Amino acid sequence: MRLSAIGRTAVTAGLLLAAAACGGREDPGAGAGATTAAGGCQGQQTTGITDTGIKLGGIYPLSGPASAYGAIPKGIKAYFDYVNAEQNGIGGRKVEFVVRDDGYQPPKAVEEARRLVEQEQVFALFQTLGTPSTTATWDYAGQRKVPQVFVATGASKWGTDTRHPWTIGWQPNYVSEARVYAQYLKQERPDAKVAVLYQNDDFGKDLLGGFRKAIEGSGITVVAEQSYEVSDPSVDPQMRNLAQSGADVLLNVTTPRFGSQALAADARNTKWNPLHIVNNVAASITVLRPVGFENVQGVVSATYYKDPVDPQWENDPEMTLYRAKLKQYAPDADPSVPYHAFGWAVASSFHKTMEAAKCPTREGLRDSMRNLSGVEVGMLLPGVTMSTGPDDGFPIESMRLMRFKGERWELFGEVIDTRREFGPLTAD
Amino acid sequence: MAGFLQQVIEGLGAGAIYASLALALVLIHRFTGIVNFAQGELAMFSTYVAWQFTAAGLPFWAALPLTLAVSFAGGMLIERVVIRPVEGAPELTVVIVTVGLFIFVNAAAGWIWSFLIKDFPNPFPVGAVEAGGLTVSHSTLGVLAVVGAVMGLLYLLFRHTKVGLGMRAVAADPVSARLVGVRVGRTLALGWGLAATVGAVSGVLVAPLLFLEPNMMGGVLIYAFAAATLGGFDSPGGAVVGGLVVGVAETLAGAYVGFVGSDLKVGVPLAVILCVLLLRPQGLFGRAAVERA
Repeated sequence: MRLSAIGRTAVTAGLLLAAAACGGREDPGAGAGATTAAGGCQGQQTTGITDTGIKLGGIYPLSGPASAYGAIPKGIKAYFDYVNAEQNGIGGRKVEFVVRDDGYQPPKAVEEARRLVEQEQVFALFQTLGTPSTTATWDYAGQRKVPQVFVATGASKWGTDTRHPWTIGWQPNYVSEARVYAQYLKQERPDAKVAVLYQNDDFGKDLLGGFRKAIEGSGITVVAEQSYEVSDPSVDPQMRNLAQSGADVLLNVTTPRFGSQALAADARNTKWNPLHIVNNVAASITVLRPVGFENVQGVVSATYYKDPVDPQWENDPEMTLYRAKLKQYAPDADPSVPYHAFGWAVASSFHKTMEAAKCPTREGLRDSMRNLSGVEVGMLLPGVTMSTGPDDGFPIESMRLMRFKGERWELFGEVIDTRREFGPLTAD
Repeated sequence: MAGFLQQVIEGLGAGAIYASLALALVLIHRFTGIVNFAQGELAMFSTYVAWQFTAAGLPFWAALPLTLAVSFAGGMLIERVVIRPVEGAPELTVVIVTVGLFIFVNAAAGWIWSFLIKDFPNPFPVGAVEAGGLTVSHSTLGVLAVVGAVMGLLYLLFRHTKVGLGMRAVAADPVSARLVGVRVGRTLALGWGLAATVGAVSGVLVAPLLFLEPNMMGGVLIYAFAAATLGGFDSPGGAVVGGLVVGVAETLAGAYVGFVGSDLKVGVPLAVILCVLLLRPQGLFGRAAVERA
């Protein structure tokens, strides 16, 4: 044990030295157009930001298999257009948001990140989407000292990693989500026997690992787990094997098509009726509708932002504003699509983070995004706020459970703050 | 024992799906002598056409013949536009063109219909037949029945029609076939059209089970290749037997062979392809090519 601890310290020290050496060698502001600030923020980078404007770059899969997420930048653009036209931008600075398409391919994401930073001279990368694309670009963002703000992926490494201070996530990470389900089971089914279906990659393992850890020391046990590959035609065989386990809870950690298959397989099997928990990634209404709403009644999931089709937000001021402004600035976008609301929420989160920055510089934004304290964002659920700190790289760590009823999700229970219930999340 | 038999039944259900696409692969191979990597994507595209008809309000049984007709025409069109220019080229060229077609059709479907999942009506009634502790869902029975019928029709086409004879001549030796008066171009186009039609049947059968989205057939295609290789690329009966064997082998290996589990299940078709190519390259029911000295 001691040896390995020493080894780890040595490795960390070595890495720090290497990082310092790199930092010393490379001038972060190198390249045409790079500028720095004067006064109290002296020497800090002001590339892409002036007194009247701020330029942001986002990378999304506008084409290819994940292009459904291409709806997110539409919501973001609508928000910034609204802020530019009606509030004179963020603190007097009009936002220019440049969107690039990576087709969900990491090499293309790197290429686009370079173009945004070196040719477009953006102030910050505001969202890269997906764990693979973000993993491919965060080293680059760190080397160039460009903030990579609120990346749209739930991997826990954005927060546990300490070598990429310029990159930060936003949405609750998969481990936090797993903790929410664990907390729910501890209260509702303290002796639950859980069967897990998970995608055999970083995403599935992150959530499953988090769940296993969160149930340690409780009466809950994982009695069966089955993985699938994204190249599998169907998860029916896995579901059959899980059904034989006699578990009374099914944790469904899948992406959309496999989520539909698993929900349908569960509905078909009338002899096995576990409590079905489906993870947020596959909890979209577009996943449930093909299965038939009558087959997914009582399914449980968790969320953190307001669903535009939930009637309880009908008179909510933020939702009213969102509907009106989306209609005005993105007339072809359907406000009931949750990805637009997601974009709106993350854009207003950026607005607040930028406003709170002490210096209008890249360093100022980096420090601000790592020093959020109970920031309220209108599109997030009441009670869900953004907090970060020196030992907390996760802006949102609270979620609320929801149950499918009729033709939509219905929230229930209190907001679960996973940091308070389970303590900080660390890498290991 | 009941558990084991149930796994076999489930394997047969999965195998029927692989067999349905393998039949299309066999068909196009018999007509044109090539292996068509785009067959699965064409099937997926046809399924979207069927979905579009039903979404426009047509009942399923009216949408089906329309879809088959559209697929037949589409298959012939592809042959004319994409394949004809490389007709005389080496087999590898044609195969590469089909790989390109695979990528294009997939992207086109995503562009037209988006990558969100569509719900596709199930032509078979919900529920299952139960006997002696075993359950067989109506869908499985239905898919098996349709696959059997298509297999029978293909057998008749290959063995007992003039088209079948001409087609075998074209696949064996296009130049000689043309010299004796077989219309090679028309036969090839017919092959693509019929294969697209059989593929459409396959897509429509599997869509209610796998859920329709542009990547639906990607995984199925690998298993269908294994099925066709096992049964022999020129035998419809072989394709069906091959599909069922692959389906059962994959299901049993996943359920009972500990280290295979769900992780390595995808390795089963690869193992099948490799073993068959080593031990009996023409497949179980295929005929080895013989050349007269």
